[in-house]
Order: sequence, then C-alpha cells, then structure tokens
Amino acid sequence: MINIYGFLILSALMLFIGIYGFLTRRNTLAILISIELMLNAADINFAAFNRLLFPSGQEGYFFTLFSVAISAAETAVAIAVMINIYRSLKNNFVDNLDKLKW
Amino acid sequence: MATTIIFYILAAIILICAFLAVTTKRIMRAATYLLFVLFGTAGLYFLMGFTFLGSVQVMVYAGGVVVLYIFALMLTERQGSNEKSPISLAKKIVALMASLGGAAIILFVILTHKFLDAALTAPNEQLISVKLLGQQILSSGKYGYLLPFEAVSVLLLACIIAGLIIARKR
Repeated sequence: MINIYGFLILSALMLFIGIYGFLTRRNTLAILISIELMLNAADINFAAFNRLLFPSGQEGYFFTLFSVAISAAETAVAIAVMINIYRSLKNNFVDNLDKLKW
Repeated sequence: MATTIIFYILAAIILICAFLAVTTKRIMRAATYLLFVLFGTAGLYFLMGFTFLGSVQVMVYAGGVVVLYIFALMLTERQGSNEKSPISLAKKIVALMASLGGAAIILFVILTHKFLDAALTAPNEQLISVKLLGQQILSSGKYGYLLPFEAVSVLLLACIIAGLIIARKR
C-alpha cells in the first residue's frame, strides 16, 4: 500500500532532479523549467500531507491551489524578462548576463 | 491494489520525464517532457481524490504555463539556442554530487522519521466537495481563504501589468 513515504520520496527525488537541472543548465528557459519541477515537488508534498496525515482539514489543498496560481504569475513575469534579455543580447544564456545596465 | 499500481506508474513517468527534461540537449524537448511531468502530477492529485486540484493543474500548467514556454521558445530560439556548449564536466560532477548528497540527506530524514502510517485509500465523494471548496475560498470566517484569494487576484493583476511593461517594445 502507498503511504506518505511514497509521496515524500517521489517529491524529494523530483526536487533534486530540479536542483541538478538548475545547477547545470545555461539557457534561462531551461533553468525556469527546472524551477517548475521544484515547485511541483513542493505542491505534491502539500497535497500528500493534507490527504494522508490530516484528511479532515483542507489547508494543504488550498496552499497547493494558491501555489499553482503564484507559479503561473511567476512564469509570466520571468518569460517577459527573458524575452527582454533576448531583445538586448540576442541569446538567452546566463553566461552573457554580466551587465545590470544596458 | 489498483491505487498502488497507478501510483508506481505515475511515479515512474514523473521521474523519467523529469530526468529527461533536465538532461536533454534540445530545449523544446525539455518543455515537452515538463508537460508530461505536469500531467503526472495532475494524475497524482486525481489519485489522491483532489479532482478540482488536478483540473487546475491541467488547466493552468499544461494549458497555460507550457504554452507560454513554447511561445517564448519560438520567439527566442535561433540556431545557437540549444545547449551547444554545455558546462564543463567538473562543474557537472559537482552539481551531481550536490544533488545526490542533498537527496541522500533528505531521504535519510524522511525515512527515519515516524510519520502517521495511513495508507492511501480509494478517493470518495466526501473528501472535499466543490461546494465546500467554493464556500471556504470565499468566506472570511475561521477556515476561510478570502484574504489570500484577494491577494492572489491583486498579484495576478500586478503580474499582467509587469509582463506588459517589461516585454513591451521600446
């Protein structure tokens, strides 16, 4: 049977796959994809804690709901920033982002 | 029993696709693998009986965020946009060791901690109904979530304006 450990192990592995991608990728969009992986791992944890350890409440459920909304907002702003970076530098690699002013 | 099998299938899909998403050379493939990871996560929510949450995950992530990624990729992709010259092997090994070490510590903490040993049962209708959800999200009472709901709406408005201002043509 699946208990809380299954979900926790799955989300821990997913989180560290995301961290590995965050550390090794150089394209900003690929880094954002890794951040989405980490966010999803955290969301699975919230939902699993709520469902398996505290089924009478709905706190984890609502936290996941708001987390999804916030990560959508974060993605929109981050992609706007990346399109702006592409306009001024003509590529999207983090190595080239060594100027704060242009 | 069926719950167990479905969980293992979903976990395998999520882990394999997540690994491929961070290791593939082509950024468009990474976005596609991310889509499968998000569908797998939605499947886990459905498995837990949180059907509304699973629907939100499919709609917002698979329908919104991934489409946004694809558009951004198509706007910014050129010949050299794929990971042509990856980072050095030493840095990659260091990143791998950091990830594996962190995963080992977290897994050790999880597996040695005694959680409540409640098995995942088949979802039922009484778990959380959409009626209860709507009442809670718009109530300002003890278990109400009206304040975060309004804060998120203001955040989304600010994010729309910020996106327009940052990405506008100069």
